[in-house]
This record gives sequence, structure tokens and C-alpha cells, in this order.
Amino acid sequence: MVKLRINGVEQSFDGDPDTPLLWFVRDELGLHGTKYGCGAGLCGACTVHLDGVAVRGCQTTVAEAAGKSVTTIEGLSTDGNHRVQVAWRELNVPQCGFCQSGQIMQAASLLATNPNPTDQQILDSMQGNICRCGCYQRIVSAVRHASTGA
Amino acid sequence: MLHHIEKTLSPRPLPSGRTGRTVIENVSRRGFLAGAAGFAVALQVFPADAYVAYKHGGLTMPHGVVNDPHVFVAIAPDGTVTIVAHRSEMGTGSRTSIPMVVADEMEADWDRVKVVQAEGDEKKYGNQDTDGSRSLRHHIQPARDIGAAVRHMLEQAAAARWNASPDDVEAIGHEVVHKSLGLRAGYGELAEAAMALPTPPRDQLRYKDEKAFRYIGKGAVQIVDLHDITSGKAIYGADVSLPGMLFAVVARPPAVGGTVKSVDAAAALKVPGVVRVEQIPGSPMGSKFKPLGGVAVLARNTWAAIKGRDALKIVWNDGPNAGFDTPAYEKELRASVAAPGTPVRDQGDPEKALAGAARVFVREYYQKHMVHTPMEPPAALARVADGRCEVWGPLQSPYGARLDIADYLGLKEEDVTVHVTLLGGGFGRKSKCDFAIEAAHLSKLVGAPVRVQWTREDDVRHSFHHTTSVERIEIGLDKDNRPVAWRHRSAAPSFLSTFAPDKGVQHPIEVGMGLEDMPYEIPNVRAEQCKAMAHTRVGWFRSVSNIPRAFAIQSVTAELADELGRDQKDFLLEMIGSPRQLDWQAMGLAQPMWNNGEPAEEFPFDTGRLRGVVELAAAKAGWGRALPKGEGLGIAAHRSFVSYIATVVRVKLLPDGTVRVPEAHVAIDCGFVANPERVRSQMQGACVFAMTAAMHGGVNFENGAVQESNFHDYRMVRSDNFPEVVHAHIVPHPFAVHATGVGEPAVPPFLPALTNAIANAGGKRIRDLPIGDQTKA
Repeated sequence: MVKLRINGVEQSFDGDPDTPLLWFVRDELGLHGTKYGCGAGLCGACTVHLDGVAVRGCQTTVAEAAGKSVTTIEGLSTDGNHRVQVAWRELNVPQCGFCQSGQIMQAASLLATNPNPTDQQILDSMQGNICRCGCYQRIVSAVRHASTGA
Repeated sequence: MLHHIEKTLSPRPLPSGRTGRTVIENVSRRGFLAGAAGFAVALQVFPADAYVAYKHGGLTMPHGVVNDPHVFVAIAPDGTVTIVAHRSEMGTGSRTSIPMVVADEMEADWDRVKVVQAEGDEKKYGNQDTDGSRSLRHHIQPARDIGAAVRHMLEQAAAARWNASPDDVEAIGHEVVHKSLGLRAGYGELAEAAMALPTPPRDQLRYKDEKAFRYIGKGAVQIVDLHDITSGKAIYGADVSLPGMLFAVVARPPAVGGTVKSVDAAAALKVPGVVRVEQIPGSPMGSKFKPLGGVAVLARNTWAAIKGRDALKIVWNDGPNAGFDTPAYEKELRASVAAPGTPVRDQGDPEKALAGAARVFVREYYQKHMVHTPMEPPAALARVADGRCEVWGPLQSPYGARLDIADYLGLKEEDVTVHVTLLGGGFGRKSKCDFAIEAAHLSKLVGAPVRVQWTREDDVRHSFHHTTSVERIEIGLDKDNRPVAWRHRSAAPSFLSTFAPDKGVQHPIEVGMGLEDMPYEIPNVRAEQCKAMAHTRVGWFRSVSNIPRAFAIQSVTAELADELGRDQKDFLLEMIGSPRQLDWQAMGLAQPMWNNGEPAEEFPFDTGRLRGVVELAAAKAGWGRALPKGEGLGIAAHRSFVSYIATVVRVKLLPDGTVRVPEAHVAIDCGFVANPERVRSQMQGACVFAMTAAMHGGVNFENGAVQESNFHDYRMVRSDNFPEVVHAHIVPHPFAVHATGVGEPAVPPFLPALTNAIANAGGKRIRDLPIGDQTKA
């Protein structure tokens, strides 16, 4: 039995402890905002926070999260108005939207540790998150906007 | 795009008749609302002939277009306006833009509009096949009709209530006002009476003057799903669940047409959570969207299904395509274009002109099969029970899927319901509903709802691939170096092979994408298609055959300009020649150009507009300016999906050969623009998508099997190296210049603009895609 906190709520799991967090939150908890995109840590669509730091949900097992605190896009803010989410809306970032939960979680993690990243730091931090629609120009602008208001 | 192709192959009777729907429920009659009305500024409206209803290809698509407000609009007593989006949303924004047009034309307040997604039902909604950059092109006009009709009905209802002449009332800003009597009534209180009226004939409608648009053309409306997307609440294919649902992952044959020889499921069945292992029968090539077949593992969760599949021991029968190898096939294509093919265009006497040319400039361009890889891999949920089937999925053609599923299960169309979720990208992949058929098949088999999840490996290996092609172009020059002859041979396996036994011949649609309609003003032109047999499922991929055609034509143009010591942009303009409308007969075609299904009289190929975007992009990019060493500009232009696009790419070639794109300028002439904000996002996205296609887009087959599997070896452009700033320059037009395609046409010109820029930056001339490491040699 693994115990962990998901979005502030205690959860326990008695299934395969090697189950990736991605499938635990999606299939067991019904938190569908975290997306499956590659299953191999290559696209970032499943990005969640583990004790506040962005990790790939498909590469982090439930066992590795034991006793820790996991935040998914649903828990990033109670009203969906985290500054990154607001910036994303102000700049009309998404097209299809599928990768955006992961993008937002990655950006929120970056800004939590580095409130004023340089452009290069933004690019480096976000390069693990693929957007097939090609919203990168706006993603980068939105991270900057969330950081500086510019 | 092509669900209707089969109709030319095996005609299916078109269903007739449309059903309306009850649009008002629980309407409470509210009393006469008089008020000390303020006087709204008069809305400028014009009679129907303010714009003549023009013919467009949407009218001849299966089930055409529907402009009945009773089908698309409901108004609740509280004034909430519900508008049905009948096209699938995969990122272009049409789920927002079309309802926005309805809302604007009906004078609804966008903040009080709710958008709901239609089920797959073309008899009711008209064509829903979301593909071919058609959503706005075909549905902007019916959207205006719908809005104008609702406005008319609301005015009629108010006039009747007030015993006034309809001429004295006006719908404006979500209410109807009677100016001289000082009366006003909100849309909610008029709804029941208004929506009970019959749909007015089009010639009784008045349309808003374009200057009075509140939302159309402004780009200030945000997509309706923006909040849900950014808060993780948006629903995609894998986000719908049902009680008792099983999760399925399928092992499919490595080569198309392969079958299961034997399967040992013992280990798979021991994986905790695995419930059953079932076979899915395969289908031969040419079976449209029927499943590839294979072995399904059904489990209590996705992870167990994936682990269960890993534990399967399957021996496959090879099937007819097990000898398919990419390098050998490339040679086959090159051999095919070395000999004459079947002419699809014969203008003047190209053979004689080539024979008599002072010299002939020859180039050959190659592109590999590509995979769409939408960020959301295919996934769908099905529940088959009691002789009915209900499906939820990210489907580009929900009605087409409904028919295919009904056909597969042996059910009647009316016993199948298809709900459309958001699509996490489509790019043509989700036009093919094989994944939904798999779910339906399995649900029927196991008697429980089943959600099928494709892994990324499945997506890369078992796609409906973008064609691979060799395009060979020969240009005959006279003694003064003037181009006098053009011969273009194309060898590319056709998507026809997905619908019928393969003959190695391209469909007129593929021929129509840059082969037959090459616009250069050259007196002798011949285009030929050369035989190419398919050995995988060939599908269509954002921009389809326009990609290799634009790459070849726009590359050879720049190469010849260099050869002649000419400026590439000036030479491109010279090749396009005089501003004129292309004439199919003068072009040596046997029939009118395909023209993306649009009637030529309304959507002519106007070389003046193509010239216009070339000049616009060049001017904005500062064509001709001096650049630092290692940098270069490249230009390319192409008309596709009836839109004219020219792209200038600036490349910075790093010392190690890495290609960077600091900037691109895209000039787009797509007629009237309903939502410029989404046009800009499509231009930005198309450049990224096209850069991936150019740099990395290509899978390799060995023994019939795709060798790549995930994003480590089928790479995508990422935020560490992408077209950093894309400037979209939209040519402004009034509504009279018909709206044309946006989702696809910016992809094709980007690739040759990029490779031309690489060459101009001092890099290698790229003729074979993907670029990969060629610049690093």
C-alpha cells in the first residue's frame, strides 16, 4: 500500500507500485488533465509536480511518489487562475490544447524556482514539452509574460 | 477530406431529408416587457443581395451545407444562445469561429453564447468531414444565413407581439427594439415565439454590413475551450469513461496485411489487471479504415493493458508487404520517373520544345513517408449493447465514422451514435476511424464498454502515412536562357490504395495538388504521373501532395535562378508571369482543374494574387538585404486549399551545420478572414509543423515494418530550435472575396523556403527530405 498526496488529498494505492503516476491519476483518480503523449519521457504531456518540481508522470512511479505531494493541472490553482494559466489565456496560446496541461505545469515549476528566467532559460526548460500544433512562439511569450508581466 | 472518395468507387445512396430539432425547451411565457427603452444605434443591414450567395464546393460535398437556424441555434428563456458546432475541433479554432459568425450575424452577445458539439449526423447538420481546410471556406456563408435568419425571426416575433410592422423593429445587441414606441424585448423572452416561426427564405433575409461586425474580422474572441484547456478540464478521446469499462491496447502486425500466426497469451493473462486477450481480424490493403487486426489485451487500467501486451508472444504471418524496404523503394520511384508516365497535362508541344531546347535543367526531389503524430495518439471509447453502438472519440469525420462503424458491426446507421470529443491534433490521422472501429469491435466481443488506447509506438508504426514521392522536373531553356518547356513527372503511392485494390495510380485530388495546376507562364508544359505501388496504408497528412509538389517546384525555381545568375524572388515572379486567371483548356488539361473542389468561376486561380503574396512576403522580410555570413533568406510560394501563400524564411547556419530559423514571414491571401487571430496562430503553427516535416519527417521501412517508434527517433521540432518569430501578413479582403483555406496552405511553401534559405546561407542544397544531418556533412 502506497500513500501519497494528490492535489492536497491523501490517497492510497494497493496496485502495482511500479504503475506510473500518469496512469494512477488518470485511470484510478479520474484526473484526466494529465495527458498521455509518449509514455517514454519524450514529450512532456504528462508533466506533474512532485513536491513542487516538474516531473514526467509517465516516468515516475507511484512508489517513487510515496509520502510525497503530487500536483496535477487540476490542483495547480483552486480557480484555474494561476498566473501561468492566466498568461496562457491572455496570449491565446493553445491550438488543439492537448499538450497544454504539461506545458503549463512545466512553466509553473520553472517560475517557482526561477521567477525571472532569461529567454534562454525558458527555452531550455520548455524543450522537453512538444507541441505538435507549434504554439512555441506563444508558449515562450506566455512564460515571459507570467514572469515579468511583459 | 476523402471519406467521399469511396463514393466514386462504390456509390452509396445519399440519404435524403433533413430533420429539424426541437430548439426550445421549458420556455416559460413571459409577459410583455415594456421599458423606457434607450435607443440603440441603428444596425446597418442590407438586403440579401448585399452579397450574392455564391457557389462553393461545400454545396457538392456529401450532404452539402445546412443553413437552417432550427438545426443550429437554440435560445433559452434566460437569453442564453446555444449554437451547435458541427465541425470537429483539432486546433484550428473552427469550433469557435463558425459559431462566432452565427452570433455576430444574429446580433447575439458573445458572452451569452454557449457552444455545443454536434454528434455525427450529416443528414441533419450537413457535411462534417473536418479536413481539407474547408470549415470556414464552406461554412461561413451558411453561418451568416443562420444568424441572419434568427435575427429575422426574432424581429418578426417582436413585431407580432407589439402589433407593429417588422420594418419598425430591429434586433440589436441581444434584444429587439422598437424605436418609435420605445419598446424592447430580450432574445430570451422572444425565443419561444421566434423559434416557432418557419425558417425565412434566404431572399427575405438582410445581412449585416461588414462595418457593423462586432466579432467577425476582429480577432478579439477567444476560443471557447480556452479556460477548460488551461485548467485541465477539456475532454479529449481518452478522457471519457463509462462504468465497467475495459482498457484495451492492441498488438498489430508489423507489416500491413500481416496476420496472427499464433499467439501465446499465458504470460499476458497473468499480469495483474489483465482481464482478457482477444484477436481482431485483419483486413487486406484497400479496406479503407478497417482495423489492421492483431491481438488486443483488455485490462482494468491502461498500464495493465500495456504491460499485458508486452507479455504477449505473437508469431506473425508476413503478408504481402513484408518485402517493403525504404532504400529499395526510393530506387523504384527514381526509376519510375526516369521513363514517361501517364500525362495529366499537355500544353503546347513540350516534347518538341525539350528536344529543341538549347539545354535542359533537370532536378529530382525526394520525400519519405511521414507520420502525423498528433500529440493525442488515437483513442476511442465504444459501448455496444442491445443492438446499438455508442462511440466517443476524437474524430475528424464523425459521420463517416458512424457509417464505417455501422458497416463493420452490421448495424443500421440509426443504431450508431458518434460523439465527438476535442481532438488533440488531427492533421489527417483522425480522419481515419480504425481506432474507433477497434473499440466497437472489442466492446461487442466482450460485452462491456471498451476504450482503446494507441501508444505512441503504435501511432508511429501503424499510421496512414503521408505519401513518399520522387518529383522530377525538367526545364527546357532556349538560347537566351528563357524557359520554354516544363516537364514534371511524379511518382508517389496514392491514398486510393487505402480505398480499393491498388493500381499504382494517383487520384485526381493528388494530381490537383500542384502537379496539374503548376501556374508558371511557360508555353510548353507536360505533367505526368508515374506508377508507384503502395506498400503501407497511405493516407493524407496536413497539406497532402502539396508538400512534395511545392518542395520540388519552388526548389527547382531557386536552383535555376542561381544557375542563371538571377535573383530568386525576381525569377519566381517572372516564372509566375503576368497576372491572369488560369484557363484549364489553355493549360492543356482534359478537364477543369480539381481546384480543391471549388468552382473555378467563383474561386479562379489568380496568378496576380500569387504574385501579390510573393511581393508582400519579400517586402516584409527585407528581401535582398545584406545578412551576416552564415545567414540566408529563402522564398517560396504555393497556392493550395484555394489560398495563396508566400513564405520567406531566414536561416542561420551554425558552424556545426545546425539549422536555426530566427524568423519567417508568411504572406497569406485567403480571401475574407473571419478570425484573424486564429489565422495568425495557424501560420505560426504551420511553420513549426513544416519545419518538423523538413528537418525530421520521414520514417524508414524494413521488411515492411516502420523502424522508428517514438519521439526519440521520430523527432519533432522543439522549443530549443523552432521558427522563433513568425510574422503573418494577411491580405485584407471584403466578404465578396470568398474565404478560402487556412489550416493547411502555409505548410507547403515553408519547406522549400527553408531549404532555399539553407542554400543561400552557404549550406548544402537539399533535394532529399528529411534534411536530417545533411547540413552537417
